[in-house]
Amino acid sequence: MDYVLIWAGLMAFAVFAYVVLDGFDLGIGLLFPFIKQPDDKSNAMNSIAPFWDGNETWLVLGGGGLYATFPLAFAIIMPALYAPLIVMLLALIFRGVAFEFRWRAETKAGIKRWDLGFTLGSFFAAFSQGVALGALVQGIQVTERTYVGGWWDWLTPFSLVTGFAVVIGYALLGATWLIYKTEGLLQRFCQHTAWKLTWALGVMIATVSIWMLFKQDPYMKRWFDYPNYLYLLPVPVLVAVLGTYLLRALNKGYELAPFLSVIALFALSYFGLCISFYPNIVPPNISIWQAASPDSSLKFLLVGASILIPVIIAYTAYSYWVFRGKVNSEDQYH
Amino acid sequence: MFELFDAVLAARLQFAFTIAFHIIFPALSIGLASYLMVLQGLWLKTGKDIYRRAWRYWVKIFAVIFGMGVVSGIVMSYQIGTNWSVFSDKTGPILGPLMGYEVLTAFFLEAGFLGVMLFGSNRVSRRLHFMATIMVAVGTMISGFWILSVNSWMQTPAGYTINDVGQFIATDWWQVVFNPSFPYRFVHMMLAAYLTTAFLVGGVSAWHLLKDKTNSAAKLMFSMSMWMALLVAPIQIIAGDFHGLNTLKHQPMKIAAMEGNFESQNGAPLILFGWPDVKNKVVHGKIAVPKLASLILTHDVDGHLPGLDAFPEEDWPNVPLVFWSFRIMVAIGFAMFLVGLWSALMRLRKKLYDAKWLHRAAVLMAPSGSIAILAGWITTEVGRQPYTVYGLLRTADSVSPLDAPAVNASLLAFVLVYFLVFGSGIYYLLKLFKRTPSLNERDIKTGQPRRAAGITPIQGLADKINDDSKEGK
Ligand code: HDD
Ligand code: HEM
Ligand code: HEM
Repeated sequence: MDYVLIWAGLMAFAVFAYVVLDGFDLGIGLLFPFIKQPDDKSNAMNSIAPFWDGNETWLVLGGGGLYATFPLAFAIIMPALYAPLIVMLLALIFRGVAFEFRWRAETKAGIKRWDLGFTLGSFFAAFSQGVALGALVQGIQVTERTYVGGWWDWLTPFSLVTGFAVVIGYALLGATWLIYKTEGLLQRFCQHTAWKLTWALGVMIATVSIWMLFKQDPYMKRWFDYPNYLYLLPVPVLVAVLGTYLLRALNKGYELAPFLSVIALFALSYFGLCISFYPNIVPPNISIWQAASPDSSLKFLLVGASILIPVIIAYTAYSYWVFRGKVNSEDQYH
Repeated sequence: MFELFDAVLAARLQFAFTIAFHIIFPALSIGLASYLMVLQGLWLKTGKDIYRRAWRYWVKIFAVIFGMGVVSGIVMSYQIGTNWSVFSDKTGPILGPLMGYEVLTAFFLEAGFLGVMLFGSNRVSRRLHFMATIMVAVGTMISGFWILSVNSWMQTPAGYTINDVGQFIATDWWQVVFNPSFPYRFVHMMLAAYLTTAFLVGGVSAWHLLKDKTNSAAKLMFSMSMWMALLVAPIQIIAGDFHGLNTLKHQPMKIAAMEGNFESQNGAPLILFGWPDVKNKVVHGKIAVPKLASLILTHDVDGHLPGLDAFPEEDWPNVPLVFWSFRIMVAIGFAMFLVGLWSALMRLRKKLYDAKWLHRAAVLMAPSGSIAILAGWITTEVGRQPYTVYGLLRTADSVSPLDAPAVNASLLAFVLVYFLVFGSGIYYLLKLFKRTPSLNERDIKTGQPRRAAGITPIQGLADKINDDSKEGK
């Protein structure tokens, strides 16, 4: 059995789970300043308060898992993306504590301050994740086993664009989540916003996909060599179909369908990325096999992971089920 | 200004600073989660509303502390890579899976059930709600298990070999996880978490007793915490002694630094106070008990103890820091023990709730556990320098290939953000401590009835009637 391949798959899954799950709650932070009614603000926050910690744990699994299974990749990527990662960590602090601090600040000004922290924290976390993605896509300079680039290498027009692409994507996830979890004015506001964001995201996906092809030869080859394009053609076609369906679902006022379509859109784009990367984990030249831990470590962790990940998914699903339905103001202990 | 420290020193300071903040919160999370579990269990068993009031009082505090633990912890898990990439590459195959297990067995468990514990009380039955609290409490302990195994492996590596690219790889996972110093460190740390929480609860309730000695919730909390002090403090001292004996076996240089023992000798004295002078290799102005160090550490008055002279001087850790931080921890340990005894005396005389001086002492001791934990960790971590993996990988060889300005800039950013955010957090905690615990714990914020329409209206209504009658409304 090729443990490396299994772990590459599991890590890809963990990162995707993080992107979708934390994506929607970071998205709420992005929309927060545009939600005007204080009650709506509380509802928006309460719709994610029971989940955000679990969602963010996938980020810890992403980091910890990479350290365990692909330590070389971890050791190269972390210093290479130093500045965006530090910004992400600091931003996550602000937005994480806002969930509690907001209710503890008894003055209006205090609440405003943590609401701002919540929004800016969400924005910078989302943006720096997008920048990190772009920086990884454009490739990282490595000699032997270390990063040899400078500490500003990550900063390019391309990575700034991927930064904004992720911000828009998360905001759309957040808006469609709120369509599902709320009603009335707030829901209507989110439907309008989601409609605009869908167009914006479409433009972003197209831009990044095409631009990316010119970033490295292997990407171009992967997509345009015969017979690859025959297999891969459905990916962009499906993206277009889904986008159209999403707009329709928004117009019709469906509640759950928009959220699920956005997740599917994310999944397709993510799949496209993985196809381009494979077999590298740090483009352009560190493959998953070069970066992997020895089999003894991969096996040891796989035993636990194969039992625990299904259990985790089960109780996470249970917790979402407990808080099913529209948010209401009773689900607070504050 | 961004060249203030060289890259290695800046990375070390940054790690020390961020983990020192992190450790304070999880230690309280571990203790408070267990305390909440006990309170809720007692409530379910006896039906006495006072337990639930105490639960409601502390759960808000727990939520704030837990949140700060989570965000500061996420920083830790990434910082290993950003600042210590060579260390990550080399230790990943061994320490990575342990941290992976921590995420899978502990972090998800805590986070998954935290939502139900905090927000679910009118959506699930009482039993399920209790289950959620238990899961959170168990999760915090499992978390401590794995991370202390990780740290202990760095102190006393075992069950490994080194491969051709210089990575540590496991030969025996059992030996890796249960490495020689792990059992001692785990026990000592869990007891520390409980004691820290006991003294925090004790301090807060004593403060309320000083204002109103008839407050029944404050009386309950104070009594519970003083039982913990009485029972756990002596166990902690014994556990600490065993921990020290084990350290002598595996890291004798650290013990020599802790004891301020420059010369190897038979029948070494126990230095209580003094100032270690590394340059001249003497302890100035020392007050010492003859032969006691040998007696404690070898259980023989004339036992042989290696001094710092047995090791190359360039490998010595920072002796005064280790020496003093160790004394601070031990002094606090004995102070806790004395408070426990004092409370037992007052309890026997049936004056536990009238003993104003005891209450004042308890208020003073409220942060003592956190201080002892920081002091203990400084002893442990500074005492193992100059290595990250003891004897095998030097700190200077562990660091990322980063320029000094990058690390200095991020250090500055961490310091500013931590003081701002966690400073505010501590301020909010103090405000939460100030609330009188006998108030109706519901709805201080909204003033609305919480249970007017739950997802299970009948049960919600029944609960409400129940509560109100017990609270005498
Ligand atoms: C409430 C907290 C607390 C209290 C009261 C004590 N300790 Fe402690 N001690 C810790 C909290 C702690 C700690 C923070 O949890 C450490 C740091 C690393 C570790 O394993 O535990 C520690 C480390 C530590 C070490 C270092 C081991 C090493 O580095 O290898 C020794 C020898 C002791 N302790 C001994 C004692 C003794 C003899 C105590 C009582 C008089 C005592 N401790 C009280
Ligand atoms: C169990 C988890 C811990 C791990 C895995 C860990 C690991 C490390 C690592 C990798 C370093 C950097 C290299 C070095 O300078 O030695 C370090 C240094 C340090 N850590 Fe820890 N540590 C842990 C817990 C703690 C705690 C709770 C404290 C609390 C105060 C602490 C205090 C320090 C200090 C003061 C240093 C700097 C020592 C020096 O540079 O002289 N550590 N630790
Ligand atoms: C380098 C060392 C450490 C790393 C990388 C680390 C990592 C983390 C992370 C990522 C979290 C957040 C988990 C979540 O998302 O829910 C966390 C929380 C926690 N950590 Fe640490 N940690 C370290 C040291 C320690 C130490 C020394 C202890 C104490 C024994 C500890 C105990 C806990 C506990 C109990 C929690 C959960 C409760 C809370 O969040 O307050 N950790 N840690």
